Amino acid sequence: MIKADIVLAGVGGQGVLTAAGLLAEAARRAGLTVKQGEIHGMSQRGGAVTANLRMADGPVASDLIPRGAATMILSLEPVEALRWLPWLADSGVVVTSSSPVENIPDYPPMADVLEALSRLPRSVVVEADPLAKQAGSGHANNVVMLGAASGFLPFPASLLRDVVGELFRGRSARLEELNLKAFDSGRAAAAAAAAAG
Amino acid sequence: MSDGAVGGRPAPVLPLETPAPRSPLLLGDEAVALAALHAGISAAYAYPGTPSTEIFEYLEPRARALGVAAYWCTNEKTAYEQALGVSMVGSRALVSMKHVGLNVAMDPYGNSALVGIRGGLGVVVADDPGMHSSQNEQDSRILADFAGIPCLEPGNQQEAYDMTREAFSWSERHRVPVMVRMVTRLCHGKAEVVESEPECRMPPSKPADPWEWTLLPGNARRLRKLLLESQAEVRRHTLESPWNRLEPGGASVRKGVITTGIARNYWLENRDDVPERRHHLHIGAYPAPRELVVRLVEEVDEILILEEGEPFLERRIRGLLPTALEIRGKESGDLSMTGELTPEEVRRALGLPARRELTTGLVLPGRPPQLCNGCPHRDAFHAMGMALEGRERSVVAGDIGCYTLGALAPFQALESCVCMGASIGMAKGASDAGLRPALAVIGDSTFLHSGITPLLDAVAHDTDMTVLILDNGTVGMTGQQPTVAPHSAIEAVVRGTGVAAEHLHVVDLHPKRVGDVAELIRREVAHPGLSVIIAVRECVESARKHKAVEKRREGGGAS
Repeated sequence: MIKADIVLAGVGGQGVLTAAGLLAEAARRAGLTVKQGEIHGMSQRGGAVTANLRMADGPVASDLIPRGAATMILSLEPVEALRWLPWLADSGVVVTSSSPVENIPDYPPMADVLEALSRLPRSVVVEADPLAKQAGSGHANNVVMLGAASGFLPFPASLLRDVVGELFRGRSARLEELNLKAFDSGRAAAAAAAAAG
Repeated sequence: MSDGAVGGRPAPVLPLETPAPRSPLLLGDEAVALAALHAGISAAYAYPGTPSTEIFEYLEPRARALGVAAYWCTNEKTAYEQALGVSMVGSRALVSMKHVGLNVAMDPYGNSALVGIRGGLGVVVADDPGMHSSQNEQDSRILADFAGIPCLEPGNQQEAYDMTREAFSWSERHRVPVMVRMVTRLCHGKAEVVESEPECRMPPSKPADPWEWTLLPGNARRLRKLLLESQAEVRRHTLESPWNRLEPGGASVRKGVITTGIARNYWLENRDDVPERRHHLHIGAYPAPRELVVRLVEEVDEILILEEGEPFLERRIRGLLPTALEIRGKESGDLSMTGELTPEEVRRALGLPARRELTTGLVLPGRPPQLCNGCPHRDAFHAMGMALEGRERSVVAGDIGCYTLGALAPFQALESCVCMGASIGMAKGASDAGLRPALAVIGDSTFLHSGITPLLDAVAHDTDMTVLILDNGTVGMTGQQPTVAPHSAIEAVVRGTGVAAEHLHVVDLHPKRVGDVAELIRREVAHPGLSVIIAVRECVESARKHKAVEKRREGGGAS
């Protein structure tokens, strides 16, 4: 049985919902049943944002991923990755950006955050912001992280890469190239992190 | 790279040759909108409110393409009345709102089962258990019951589509409006939805009998009797409906589960871990048929009732009299009386062990929502803070919108948030009681929705208070929907209520003019009578969207 339950996390404005939509589309092309849950409204304004993405080769019942059952936490921000840890299954992986969004006064020391991430059984930490900027836009960090996650999905990474390319091709050739570059750099960084870890 | 190889075993990977997606991935809200269009509605009405907003947002452009009328309205009451008018002339209408919006529409809603519905009237109400973006978590099923209105409660996006389609034919068959009760998780969750054959629109026709629509007391008594008599037929319908289904469990199993709406998903999520095959009754159509509950109870000694929202069905089944049946649910303490149901809470109620949860020792700070950078409300609160500095006894009543965040640090500028428009009435009450200065802070859309009538009271009673209307030109909170009247109209509306011209000000809330605005507030607060200050600056998000649209128009697509 094929089944993946992904908690996507980040801060309002980072593109969590866009990333969720791209993943959902790729999963559908892989022939999987998809449920994509998110919360709109208040939570979007610079606050913590989350989406639940469930995919399986059979029916999916709940829109919410049960605690202790997620196969992946995919986070665009390191503190937000830790926030959803109770949802992660024992065998699950955390794929997160290490670039902080410090829009709160009591943000914990970065060393503590990274240390907590490193103590997890399976984690892949990628410095997404510089990679996004290198690719050509600070806004592409969500696509960097999709690339980082692409090796841990129940379908080939190329499927997700194609969906990313198609979305941005519709806007401009420059955006398509930029986002594919962001995707590839995230994928390479995750591979390097996994090899080192 | 080594796929999924950071510890643990690699996850199975699908081959590349895959079928094309069959149907669109739709939000529950979008499924409702599509179903209404496919049901051949002639008109749709709404006021924005989370989690219902996306129904109308999805519907509006598609309705326009089909020549179907679709309007954002002043408030839920005006929306509801317009939908009633469509039904009166024999065409189908959709009206959608959030749960507390139904309170605003309560006057027409509460009477609408008495009239002789002609064109199907679908009332979609989106509840917000857990209060993700609401002031309360009221359960609209109770209000369906109260009004004598049948209610369909979808459990997934497909049912949201199918039930909305059915709501219109049910409405015409029983000649009452039909409610579709949505909840946040369903509204804002996407799944594949299979569409069915669209129906044609029904052209309007003059109502044959005005006495079906005229609730003069003598006639209302007649119609009330007709409504009560029709309930037996509605109950027969919900008994036969496939939305209500009893699935027998194992022959010797004496336990049962009743689910309603999306609660079924959490049962299904855990069912395979439950050792015995329990009897299961699912309710998707109300009034819940007594016969099915009785049939279930004959088989079991214990039932667990799972429902999102109030223990509506549970209370009904439990009643007041003692019973040998063990009834577990919210009132027994097996499930929380407040908040959303979750798969793990249902798991616990089923007696299953919790899954292991990872934690770190690190204490994580909360990350609450904030006003956007460059938001005009920030400057409004700064100006207010300056104006009220040193005034120990002032009271500032707030209202519903993005600016409600002004109640939080660092602003702490508002001292109440109750319902749409309440700021003006509550500031007036405080002033009437003798506590001054009394201020009300309200957004332009909220003012148009429910702020005009309390302002008329303040004019009539010449109340000593100051009203600050934050005019950002949009319904910001729910995603920048258009307000029902343009910027320029607000001043005319306020003047029309009779506010004295010398105490009615329209000011530009430019960041550089915060000091001037503060001075103006200070002056009007000192005036022993009614003042209204309209502080104008466009919402930063809607300004950004407008600029993007303009740029696209000029630039021809280059991003």
